[in-house]
Amino acid sequence: MSQKSGEMSEQTVWMLAVRDDRNKSAFAALFDYFAPRLKGMLMRGGLQASLAEEVVQDTMLAVWRKAHLFDPHRAQVSGWVYQIARNRQIDVLRKERRPIPEEMRGDDVQEDDSLQIVALEQDTARLRKALQCLSPEQRTLVEQAYLGDMSHSELHAQTGLPLGTIKSRIRLGLERLRRELGNEQSL
Amino acid sequence: MSSIRHHIPESLLASYASGELSYAFSMVVAAHVSMCAECRARLVTHETVGGVLLDEEHHSTVTSGLRSRVLDMLDTPQPVRPAPRRMGVFPGPVAEALSYGEPKWRRLGAGVRQTVLKRSDEESVRLLYIPAGQAVPDHGHNGLELTLVLQGAFSDETGTFGVGDVEVADDELEHTPVAAEGDACICLAATDAQLKFNAFVPRLLQPVLGI
Ligand SMILES: [Zn+2]
Repeated sequence: MSQKSGEMSEQTVWMLAVRDDRNKSAFAALFDYFAPRLKGMLMRGGLQASLAEEVVQDTMLAVWRKAHLFDPHRAQVSGWVYQIARNRQIDVLRKERRPIPEEMRGDDVQEDDSLQIVALEQDTARLRKALQCLSPEQRTLVEQAYLGDMSHSELHAQTGLPLGTIKSRIRLGLERLRRELGNEQSL
Repeated sequence: MSSIRHHIPESLLASYASGELSYAFSMVVAAHVSMCAECRARLVTHETVGGVLLDEEHHSTVTSGLRSRVLDMLDTPQPVRPAPRRMGVFPGPVAEALSYGEPKWRRLGAGVRQTVLKRSDEESVRLLYIPAGQAVPDHGHNGLELTLVLQGAFSDETGTFGVGDVEVADDELEHTPVAAEGDACICLAATDAQLKFNAFVPRLLQPVLGI
């Protein structure tokens, strides 16, 4: 598979093998990992099973075809796939093309820096832990916002929950992630 | 690029990442992110939140044919939506909405011109061309209005906005933007009467994201 796996997550290793070697078994592994999760998200968002599978198909094919744009210094595989799926979901639901930003990465492939990639993964692991510390009600709201049906109506009805309480409980930001992402791009 | 001082509010970035935002506001966010490394990093952070939640999403088994169908299609060339490209002063998403042609300006009087990119009952997004020194004509709006400067600059009661800056105005703000001297000011302006400002989830995530 790919050159420097170090402590990279298996998703990252698979994704780099897809990007650099067009490795189909690595792609199949990504499919097996993401397809059921994506279908879960899409059905939570109100899509019928068959339409959800169509969006899963489009998303995974886009992962294959846009793999050259994946930059592990800037994005986690899951976040990158999430964003592709969300774009596709919106195009299908609203029957219009969602405006998307320009791509940062061109064909100028930079050398992968595994230390930096792993550091980003560690930041993400801290984010994961922090999200796990939310109360079940708060967690539900966050899931509804990021994975739900995008209608932003129910959320509003539920704003009565005590929000300030978690501020003191969670103290693990993604500031560093942000700073690094920002620096990366201003080079 | 680093001279941008007025950025996209956190709640709008979160709503864009999660897909709630209207077409008009998505256009402004996508255009600003194309010009602003800082907001791009913040957007990626929200996408990372989405990814982490996706990792933990419950599984819904896919039908057996899907996997083999997708694997079979890998070698079949298929059209992909090309990434938007910048065109002159217009960031990629705006250029794409213009189909990479020059805007078809319509005169509004006093040298001010506009090109509507989309208008419906709830939302509108358009380009405004304001000659140097000229005031933006009265443009009452319901709900929130976002204005992104693409060329030149304008100032109003709240401050000065240069290329890349975004002004967020609610309907309580009585303002009279005036284009600065120099180049004509070209802006991307979007309104959304339906937007329910969802400051809630970002506030919830504030300690998590360190925002
Ligand atoms: Zn910004």
